[in-house]
Amino acid sequence: MTDPTITNITVFVLAVFVGYHVVWNVTPALHTPLMSVTNAVSGVIIVGAILAAGPAEIDFGSLMGVAAVALAAINVVGGFMVTQRMLEMFKKKTPKAKAGE
Amino acid sequence: MTANQVALWYLVAAIFFILALKGLSSPDTSRRGNLFGIIGMVIAVLTTLAVVAHGRIDLIVLGMAVGGSVGAIVARRVQMTQMPELVAAMHSLVGLAAVLIAIAVVNNPSAFGVADPIPLGNRLELFIGTFVGALTFSGSVIAFGKLAGLGKRFRLFSSAPVVFPGQHVVNLLVALAMIGFGTVFFLAEDRAWTPFIAMTAIAFVLGVLIIIPIGGADMPVVISMLNSYSGWAAAGIGFSLNNSMLIVSGSLVGSSGAILSYIMCKAMNRSFISVIMGGFGAAEGGASADTGEKTVRSGSADDAAFLMANAESVIIVPGYGLAVARAQHAVKEMAHKLSAKGVQVRYAVHPVAGRMPGHMNVLLAEAEVPYEQVLEMEDINSDFGTTDVVLVLGANDVVNPLAHEKGSPIYGMPILDVHKSRTVLVNKRSMASGYAGLDNPLFYMDKTMMVFGDAKKVVEDIVKALD
Repeated sequence: MTDPTITNITVFVLAVFVGYHVVWNVTPALHTPLMSVTNAVSGVIIVGAILAAGPAEIDFGSLMGVAAVALAAINVVGGFMVTQRMLEMFKKKTPKAKAGE
Repeated sequence: MTANQVALWYLVAAIFFILALKGLSSPDTSRRGNLFGIIGMVIAVLTTLAVVAHGRIDLIVLGMAVGGSVGAIVARRVQMTQMPELVAAMHSLVGLAAVLIAIAVVNNPSAFGVADPIPLGNRLELFIGTFVGALTFSGSVIAFGKLAGLGKRFRLFSSAPVVFPGQHVVNLLVALAMIGFGTVFFLAEDRAWTPFIAMTAIAFVLGVLIIIPIGGADMPVVISMLNSYSGWAAAGIGFSLNNSMLIVSGSLVGSSGAILSYIMCKAMNRSFISVIMGGFGAAEGGASADTGEKTVRSGSADDAAFLMANAESVIIVPGYGLAVARAQHAVKEMAHKLSAKGVQVRYAVHPVAGRMPGHMNVLLAEAEVPYEQVLEMEDINSDFGTTDVVLVLGANDVVNPLAHEKGSPIYGMPILDVHKSRTVLVNKRSMASGYAGLDNPLFYMDKTMMVFGDAKKVVEDIVKALD
């Protein structure tokens, strides 16, 4: 069996590589939505928070977990919603607006 | 659910996250991308809930409901001009969540499937995840304060760089102390709360110290950097929990923020290190301000309206002043009126215009400016020479021709070549110099007319004059 740390490093390096290539293709006009959507994606830390809040017996650690769940949920919901709001603004305008050019 | 199934579902969620970022390569595919992101998140959350199915689901759902509602309300109410603040606030939440999770891990590692006592490797990862998280939290709080303009009430939030003698030495000592306590935690045999808490507390202080010397116009770099840190914090926690979901998503976010920081630094022709060291303009700026004998030509909104109405082509250069004055809707109306008169209107956006990457694009999109009319620096720079009128709204350093002159502090910074156009209209509130503390020769050129006043007021007056 490989040490889990080695597996983690493999995953990490490949993910950084993928992220690098995908993000360079993001159009500069959408850099603000990129930031807000990455806010939402980093809200995935909610996964760790759920595990922390999970134990059946409530203790100090699981309360920390519940707090972390709430914080991360702000990011997840807020991040995706505000991104959606911004992206709606980037919708192609109807031909009517272009006639003015 | 078995561990293998969990890992496979996490893989599916990770692919959705990658597709979410990929969607942002064009406005047309971006909304579908966001939907992919949401699907990925739902998969990740449901999978994790299945893991803890026998635990306190009620508490978890309560936490999600509270946080989710807050997020929903904020997302709906926030103004587009406040996006930089919102993003900074969100970075801080990720940082704080990372710290809370780390505390829970130290408290009871077995709840996460981590051996108790925590193995050496996981302890190192925990140390890194925690300090990056703590740094992200306090740094983002300072960045939020600077962006929200809280400097008047509390000096730490001043948008001007906060500098003091020996700053770098102090920062270095604080950083070493943090690493020292981290090492003690790493090598300790038992639970080692004391070094862990000391290390975390010092990391909070360090986060404050590294952001206070960075001034307002460097905010695009800072906010991208904190974006990156928030990702690395999530990845760090992922390492200590052996959780591939956190590692993948954290790395995606981390590399995204790093790329944005790089793009922003490049657009200012500054090294990342010099931005982080901070204090630009505060020290060396004053000397070059020899405004004495030079004269500027100033005009009214009516004059500006006349010049633009009689032009064939107009390029509008928005800057931070437009965001402060919330002038984007007025600008759109002005452009609309000009288009109706047969004038070709386009917008030129510098990468660091505003306080975060893409700030101007979002404001213009909010005002329903078609994105085809909004051009990036490299796409429009060659067109300034054949443009009749350029209207600069609250931008300064990004149109400063000194950037082309050897020896000037901003030499080499890519700028919008506004000075090459036939007529330049510059709207500013006063003759105060820009962030770099430099005088701007553009303002003294014969073809330049200054229109002083609040951007929104001036543009509205121009709109009236165009009727």
